[in-house]
Amino acid sequence: MSSLLRVGVLSLQGDVREHLYRLRDTGVEAVEVRHPADLTGTHGLVIPGGESTTMSILAERDGFFEPLQQYRRDGHPCFGSCAGLIMLADEVLDGRAGQRTVGGLDIAVRRNAFGRQVDSFESEIDVIGLSPQPFPAIFIRAPWVERVGSGVEVLAVWGPGRTPVAVRQGPLLATAFHPELTTDLRVHQMFVDTIAAYA
Amino acid sequence: MATENASETTQTGTVRVKRGMAEMLKGGVIMDVVDQEQAKIAEQAGAVAVMALERVPADIRAEGGVSRMSDPEMIAKIVDSVTIPVMAKARIGHFVEAQILQALGVDYIDESEVLTPADNAHHIDKRLFTVPFVCGATNLGEALRRINEGATMIRSKGEAGTGDVSNAVTHMRRILGEVRQLSSMSPEELYAAAKDFHAPYDLVVEVAERGSLPVVLFTAGGIATPADAALMMQMGADGVFVGSGIFKSGDPVKRAEAIVQATRHFQDPAMLAKVSTGLGEAMVGINVAELPVHHRLEDRGW
Repeated sequence: MSSLLRVGVLSLQGDVREHLYRLRDTGVEAVEVRHPADLTGTHGLVIPGGESTTMSILAERDGFFEPLQQYRRDGHPCFGSCAGLIMLADEVLDGRAGQRTVGGLDIAVRRNAFGRQVDSFESEIDVIGLSPQPFPAIFIRAPWVERVGSGVEVLAVWGPGRTPVAVRQGPLLATAFHPELTTDLRVHQMFVDTIAAYA
Repeated sequence: MATENASETTQTGTVRVKRGMAEMLKGGVIMDVVDQEQAKIAEQAGAVAVMALERVPADIRAEGGVSRMSDPEMIAKIVDSVTIPVMAKARIGHFVEAQILQALGVDYIDESEVLTPADNAHHIDKRLFTVPFVCGATNLGEALRRINEGATMIRSKGEAGTGDVSNAVTHMRRILGEVRQLSSMSPEELYAAAKDFHAPYDLVVEVAERGSLPVVLFTAGGIATPADAALMMQMGADGVFVGSGIFKSGDPVKRAEAIVQATRHFQDPAMLAKVSTGLGEAMVGINVAELPVHHRLEDRGW
């Protein structure tokens, strides 16, 4: 089944290539989405890591927001890592004034919540649904989730504050860390399984 | 419900965290800015990061003298004025300037030949720092020596402050050409290649196996137009540094946005034609060939 799946990676800017590689490693076809028309024929979309401020400016300039919101409303599964988490959040704290998002996840995220680059870190964290635990999580100028709506499942938390860093709501999946920067495919596999379930 | 993690061990400043930060900048433009106003213009144009410095390379070139790390107050103001990452330059080998920049919370340090070198034999031992470093290179051996010292991002040097893209082209072609050479070598040839390139054997083998540098490769030094940016992207750059090219031009707001658009749409000539239209004056250029050899920055770094 999964060999028939075609998954797009939003290619405005960021670590597009790493997501393409990880997706292909799971056995699906993975393609760059450089223009809104490239969404056609894809069964799901990854919004990669990158600079969320820049990504939202580029998306706005190229008229990407309406097609992306329609794509998401049509029920297509989406997975966002780091900047992608911000893009899928309904509310952004500490963003650029009026920073626009694709939305869909009933959460508020805080940009750069962990601090600047010198505070970026690696940690092993447990992610619900993965076996064996833990998962190698790489956080780079990462956001965290501050408010979680009632329909949102928290898949992973970090630190004594139990801050949510991975969430799922229906066909939408998002992580504050970067599974694409590791060779551990399990989060991408989780997303591919979601796509297969919704396709 | 999500369970609390068994291991709460976290590590900052790892190679993956430093290299990963550069991966997030790919496909983007990093712009030199000298004050908060320029930083905001860069951010609104869609720059992926800014480089905070007191004088852009064209002015450093014109004014001469010793060029050093920027005033910490000026860097701190720029850090406060934008949400995108902020980079700053330290002199080659000046590890105390780097310590200061790390203390200021900059997101990346450029150990840069644009400033006057502080050490004529050694670069900074970049592995000792939590903050990541980008370094310039004119060829693969130089790039691998910098990576061996801990650089986690490389930029082709070009010739900063000239608006002449020819050296950026030369350096990018050389680096990528030498990567292709290594990929086609047999294992026993790699020993001699490491000697010829003056590069560590393990890194030579890694490049040969993956067919690319192990870190992100940007371009820099002489990019002045949207077409220049797209040229370097088509040649294989992961992204673009623009120094003097934007704020030394007639209409910086428009040119900044045009160079961002050209970097994103580098494969689309119709879009490149559109964004190249009506930009006003480009920066006044200097032909690299007419520069006296001792004024060339590309030879700084060892």
